[in-house]
Amino acid sequence: MPAVSKGDGMRGLAVFISDIRNCKSKEAEIKRINKELANIRSKFKGDKALDGYSKKKYVCKLLFIFLLGHDIDFGHMEAVNLLSSNKYTEKQIGYLFISVLVNSNSELIRLINNAIKNDLASRNPTFMCLALHCIANVGSREMAEAFAGEIPRILVAGDTMDSVKQSAALCLLRLYKTSPDLVVMGEWTSRVVHLLNDQHMGVVTAAISLITCLSQKNPDEFKTCVSLAVSRLSRIVSSASTDLQDYTYYFVPAPWLSCKLLRLLQCYPPPEDGAVKGRLVECLETILNKAQEPPKSKKVQHSNAKNAILFEAISLIIHYDSEPNLLVRACNQLGQFLQHRETNLRYLALESMCTLASSEFSHEAVKTHIETVINALKTERDVSVRQRAADLLYAMCDRSNAKQIVAEMLSYLETADYSIREEMVLKVAILAEKYAVDYSWYVDTILNLIRIAGDYVSEEVWYRVIQIVINRDDVQGYAAKTVFEALQAPACHENMVKVGGYILGEFGNLIAGDPRSSPLVQFNLLHSKFHLCSVPTRALLLSAYIKFINLFPETKPTIQEVLRSDSQIRNSDVELQQRAVEYLKLSSIASTDVLATVLEEMPPFPERESSILAKLKKKKGPGALPVSELEEGKREGGGELNGGADRGNDMSAAASNASTPSPSTDLLGLRSAAAIGSAGPSTGSLLVDVFSEAGPTALSSGVNDEGFLRDLEPPTESSDSLLIEAPGESDSEDSAPPLPESDELLNKFVCKNNGVLFENQLLQIGIKSEYRQNLGRMYLFYGNKTSVQFLNVQTKPVEPLVEGGAQVQQVINIECLTDFSEAPLLNIKFRYGGALQNITLKLPVTINKFFQPTEMASQDFFQRWKQLNLPQQEAQKIFKASHGMDIELLKTKLLGLGCALLENVDPNPENFVCAGVIQTKAQQVGCLLRLEPNAQAQMYRLTLRSSKDTVSKRLCELLAEQF
Amino acid sequence: MSNNVLAKSEWVEEELFCLNTGLKMQFMLLFSRQGKLRLQKWYVPLSDKEKKKITRELVQTVLARKPKMCSFLEWRDLKIVYKRYASLYFCCAIENQDNELITLEIIHRYVELLDKYFGSVCELDIIFNFEKAYFILDEFLLGGEAQETSKKNVLKAIEQADLLQEEAETPRSVLEEIGLT
Repeated sequence: MPAVSKGDGMRGLAVFISDIRNCKSKEAEIKRINKELANIRSKFKGDKALDGYSKKKYVCKLLFIFLLGHDIDFGHMEAVNLLSSNKYTEKQIGYLFISVLVNSNSELIRLINNAIKNDLASRNPTFMCLALHCIANVGSREMAEAFAGEIPRILVAGDTMDSVKQSAALCLLRLYKTSPDLVVMGEWTSRVVHLLNDQHMGVVTAAISLITCLSQKNPDEFKTCVSLAVSRLSRIVSSASTDLQDYTYYFVPAPWLSCKLLRLLQCYPPPEDGAVKGRLVECLETILNKAQEPPKSKKVQHSNAKNAILFEAISLIIHYDSEPNLLVRACNQLGQFLQHRETNLRYLALESMCTLASSEFSHEAVKTHIETVINALKTERDVSVRQRAADLLYAMCDRSNAKQIVAEMLSYLETADYSIREEMVLKVAILAEKYAVDYSWYVDTILNLIRIAGDYVSEEVWYRVIQIVINRDDVQGYAAKTVFEALQAPACHENMVKVGGYILGEFGNLIAGDPRSSPLVQFNLLHSKFHLCSVPTRALLLSAYIKFINLFPETKPTIQEVLRSDSQIRNSDVELQQRAVEYLKLSSIASTDVLATVLEEMPPFPERESSILAKLKKKKGPGALPVSELEEGKREGGGELNGGADRGNDMSAAASNASTPSPSTDLLGLRSAAAIGSAGPSTGSLLVDVFSEAGPTALSSGVNDEGFLRDLEPPTESSDSLLIEAPGESDSEDSAPPLPESDELLNKFVCKNNGVLFENQLLQIGIKSEYRQNLGRMYLFYGNKTSVQFLNVQTKPVEPLVEGGAQVQQVINIECLTDFSEAPLLNIKFRYGGALQNITLKLPVTINKFFQPTEMASQDFFQRWKQLNLPQQEAQKIFKASHGMDIELLKTKLLGLGCALLENVDPNPENFVCAGVIQTKAQQVGCLLRLEPNAQAQMYRLTLRSSKDTVSKRLCELLAEQF
Repeated sequence: MSNNVLAKSEWVEEELFCLNTGLKMQFMLLFSRQGKLRLQKWYVPLSDKEKKKITRELVQTVLARKPKMCSFLEWRDLKIVYKRYASLYFCCAIENQDNELITLEIIHRYVELLDKYFGSVCELDIIFNFEKAYFILDEFLLGGEAQETSKKNVLKAIEQADLLQEEAETPRSVLEEIGLT
């Protein structure tokens, strides 16, 4: 007989359970239960007072019935009565029932709390533990109110038994999580930390969970726990396997405590104290060393416990991210696990490596395992492991391996489990875009994606490919050709038809020269898919047709015929019918000019965060993506946008907002009280408090700030000037440091003068600029992207009101006094939703803007080149091509630079040479440039010579980022 | 009406999500190969309806997995750690960043405790003495955290309680036991 039946006398319960088990059907079971419920009800209601034993038995039966999944609506009172029994077993069953079945019946709660209070005060450790277990199990707010003050006292009292301390610590933890406001920190907190030193390992094990949670919320108050935790960990790690007696688990000393200690340390940065840190690093090294030792037991429990500690140690190493040696060792260890025969270890190694991949110290080490991971993706039999492999490939992807990884993911997609296909599609789309060096590869990848997994390609993905094609003219012809070929497949996915319709409608002319893809062939191909498509796709195709009429007048009769047919013009779908009628009419009455204007090529989409990235973030939660990626968003290469419909929404939002400004959301963001008066509106709702200043670095390089700010400064000393920080006075803590990406943004404007400088969720800043000699004028457009009305208090340069969705314009006159290398800073402050937005950007003014092109013959060029022969006059850089080596693109960029592109100068026709003069007020600096592409190596050599060393150097830096 | 139900269940999921940053273990379920629930311990406050929904979903998911597959799987925004012992599945839900292997050994230690207490435990022991299974679990894990990991100490606590029980009980007639009186 098992030990349990010794004192257990509830035979009635056993009989009942047997009866239930013998029931042949669900109906029989319900019948039996109802019979029992009626019996218990009558007992509870009966005149005869039940003794404690019977009460216990019936309450236990009710509990059993409830746990079977049936509702119980009585018996609570009897259970509460059991709590105050003197007999332990009755009390125990009462508490169990309450723990499982308590509801917020306020009267009962009061009775329960009363019983708990008595047991806590009883000084009987067994009763105290029962009461504490109950509080921890229920953890309601009412209980926190009643006991949050009492439990800390029990926890730290000198005479409390160890077992009670353990329960009290975890009970307090539960209450702290339910109602942190009710657990008041105090004198007890410092004594809790010292429980880490307790002799009883069980007390340490329980207390550390509480300490970890409290440290997360109040790190400073619990700082002392770090050194205590390190010394405790060190003692455990260095102990022999028998030292800790029953706390040794399969020859591993105190695995649970070790994991909890390592977890606690993850709440803090690496210890500052050198000795503590040294001791901790030693521990981590010992843990890594132990992983290499032969196992002390063949049991899986031994290796699991050992590896649990190892993985927790690796988490800590990754958390510190400061010990390259440990990071690389961790990575090697995980690399071994990648090929382990235990599926669990392979799973965990893949998971853990994902975080290692985002550390700069171990990223390269992780990449060396690419073949193993790809193999895991192909051969693992368990989908959850394959999912981990896909995540890791995504995390380890960078420019060097993007093509391989994307290809592998694509081929995996053909057989991937349905549950992870959509996510895989998003990941492929993001990687393809992020690491696209040449955009024809990008187009191929996305079209393949649609071909392989069309059903899982969300709207965002195909919008995105269209945005990119529209914004990058170097890929449009290729895209048209490829999509045309893809559409020739007998069965192609509807998403392919959408992309095809859109792209051929815009750029079909780029491939129309080839008789195999003549206008009519293109049209017939598209129209052959028409009848298989859904209404929205058909609507899109109709728009493509009208675009065809504009692109290829010769298709007009054919297309008009189609539009005129009953199936279009009398289509039962109102959208299709309307499009057919309107397009038909448009094509017959509008002149070619009007048609050309109405059906003009779509303008480039403004850049914004990739909508697919947003979708993946939403799907996986922010933690799922490496931080660097979130910040990077998507800047390089093409533009971004969400599709025309979105733009329409923006506009309608703006329109409706203009008519109903909502004052409640307007915010006051004035920089000084005086400004209110000067700005006029006393209810000054706020916004763009724009001022511009030259950064301190610009000062040191000799730029006269005022030259940049001339137009921003009010002409007279009026009260307005309070709003504008004079550059010299502005203290640096007032304006944010330049955004990390501001250099990258600046680089975008070296070869062009117009575009979007900056964009976040609230604000978009567009720039138009023009330069002549040493003067320039820049128009800044501040666009309010929210639907909230902004009022500007700075009346001088900017319109006072920024409507939701609207723009204001600011003009800056620029004069270049002498050469410079640091761009002036633009600081924008405004208030939105109560929070001060403080953005500092680099104004895209670079020295090359003041170039005057100089035409010269070959002979002159070389003569001057030789004249500028001092070593400091030359600046040279050799660098890898980062944007492909398209000749036309290079020419455009060089022309955009502002100097003259000289033909027939360099004996090698592959090379480019340019000449120009930089105009500053102080002097004119002649510059010569030579760019030598090496197509084979995908490298450039760039040489600049000018009469001033700083100019050569700066131009060289700027240009090296452009190609 | 149906709208209401939807709103309610979304709210519950949100609640579960909010609490994820808190407790280590969210719940533990024991169920048989036939999908019968044998023990349920919830460390997060959830409605009965939500508990039943989670149980149904998880039992189905875990039972569908093949023997050699790994013991961890992502489920909603939690991680499930499970292991099969004879006819019973032990299944714990932890947070994503929690330690899977140590949770696997939590399960094993609990099985060891049951085994030692009942003497070679089987599913029937847990069915007929379900309250004991809960008591042992409470001594071992409290609020989802390990309270006492020493096998000896946990069993000592339970045995002491059994002794109290023995002293308190007096023998009863068979008729009374069966509930006929």
